[in-house]
Amino acid sequence: MKSISLFVILLGLWLLMSGHYSFLITSLGVLSCAFCVYVARRAKLIDKEGLPLFFFPRLFNYLIWLFKEIFISNLNTAKVIISGKIDPETFTVKASQSTDVAKVTYANSITLTPGTVTTKIKDNMFEVHALNSDFGNDVRSNVMDKKVKWLEGDQ
Amino acid sequence: MDLFIDIITGLCFFIGSLSIIIGACGLIKLPDVFSRIHAAGMIDTGGTAFFLLGMILQTGWSLITVKLILIGVFVFFTSPVTSHVTANLARKKNLMPVGKKIGKLL
Repeated sequence: MKSISLFVILLGLWLLMSGHYSFLITSLGVLSCAFCVYVARRAKLIDKEGLPLFFFPRLFNYLIWLFKEIFISNLNTAKVIISGKIDPETFTVKASQSTDVAKVTYANSITLTPGTVTTKIKDNMFEVHALNSDFGNDVRSNVMDKKVKWLEGDQ
Repeated sequence: MDLFIDIITGLCFFIGSLSIIIGACGLIKLPDVFSRIHAAGMIDTGGTAFFLLGMILQTGWSLITVKLILIGVFVFFTSPVTSHVTANLARKKNLMPVGKKIGKLL
């Protein structure tokens, strides 16, 4: 099941990237996708972590929310850099997700929003560096944590 | 209609360049590695996102649009990883960030 979905994703990517649709080239593409899936299977890369299919149903909603957050914190970071009101702080937050993929997504989301960076990870504790106490409060309010928990679903 | 799209594209490029310039200023102005990563993150997200948006508006619907979106996706996945690696290495070398620390750190 997972192999088939990986094959479909790879083939879609190949078709979008190539732009040549003659019979020979397309069949070579299908063959190379099949070979990639075979190699990935042999290396046991196709598991929950390599292909987190359980993310996909809610991913679109989450991404729209994340883009909005990134835009807002971009504005705030620009303001802080121009005005020079820098008051860095370092603190730890707890991640409530159960799978590793979801934890990585949470840490990546924190780092992706400018103004906050995950500096260290140990089990389910993250050490976060924030440019300003406003950014710090955003992370400490656990809104993003709950969103990623929701994205993960019941795992 | 073409003029309208051109104006929007110009606006996107303007905002993108502005965020890259502010990010570059931040890279020089901010006090330590950890704060500078925030400025770099601003260039990664704000700068590339607006430039790609402007370019997508210019190409219209074609395979090039898909490739531009894929560039965005790959930047979106790799930039936080490089930021995190930089910050994590600095912490591993026992570099402490400037400013206040709340609670016990890891």
